Amino acid sequence: MTIDLILFFGIAAIAVISAISMLVSRNAVYSALFLVLNFVAIASLYLLLNAAFIAMVQVTVYAGAIMVLFLFVIMLLGAEKVETGPSLPWQLPVAILLGLVLIAEFAYVLFGRVTQIGGELAGVGEGFGSPASVGRTLFDQYLIPFEVTSILLLVAMVGSIVLTRDDRKESR
Amino acid sequence: MNVPTDYVLALSAFLFVIGVLGVLVRRNAIVIFMSIELMLNSANLALIAFARAMAPGTEALRGHVLVFFVIAVAAAEVAIGLALIVAIFRTKRSIDVDQVSSLQG
Repeated sequence: MTIDLILFFGIAAIAVISAISMLVSRNAVYSALFLVLNFVAIASLYLLLNAAFIAMVQVTVYAGAIMVLFLFVIMLLGAEKVETGPSLPWQLPVAILLGLVLIAEFAYVLFGRVTQIGGELAGVGEGFGSPASVGRTLFDQYLIPFEVTSILLLVAMVGSIVLTRDDRKESR
Repeated sequence: MNVPTDYVLALSAFLFVIGVLGVLVRRNAIVIFMSIELMLNSANLALIAFARAMAPGTEALRGHVLVFFVIAVAAAEVAIGLALIVAIFRTKRSIDVDQVSSLQG
């Protein structure tokens, strides 16, 4: 058992436990903080998988910006605990059954396939996954999608402002 | 790094199932939304694992670029989705998805 495997299993345990805690905690603020822990654990997995640039993007964009937006909305609405009414009695058993079916399908696809990927992994070259190499691939081959993404972000910005605008005051 | 790709794929599949269970079980719209983010993230993990599996080739970095685009689209999706949740809260005074049943026959 190499040091890589020990690291992997430790980080994977953190990721799975934080995801399950996110699922079962009754307070939405705790759920958001557990999800931040999950995202940071997956970012360190990206580092183990030689994806340094993506790991940094994950920490700044996901664990930083997106989760701050979630926490902001939760505290703005005061919506930490909403599930008060009676729930459907069959909801939890059916959900667990469907989850087990999905796990079985994943296991069948993962262990029952004909062609094995990987096995012993080859070494990576110098600078694999660094900002320079990812940026070169991005701007050499994917320049048009990159520019379209900027338009998408602009549309999302305008759309969220329009959706949350309080237009009752303007009609007076 | 000598972790087999299968292990990373198994972890990714497990996180995806946890996200699906969150969508099916919880009724707080914000927690449902966070479960969707968890699913997107597990798909990203699978993409990075595949990119590592075909590592020495230059095509492998395309997986990283795809993950980059997924993160950008997820940011836009979160902005729009949270704006929708705020708008629903303004009219219904609740974000329990069981309460949002005005269209029920």
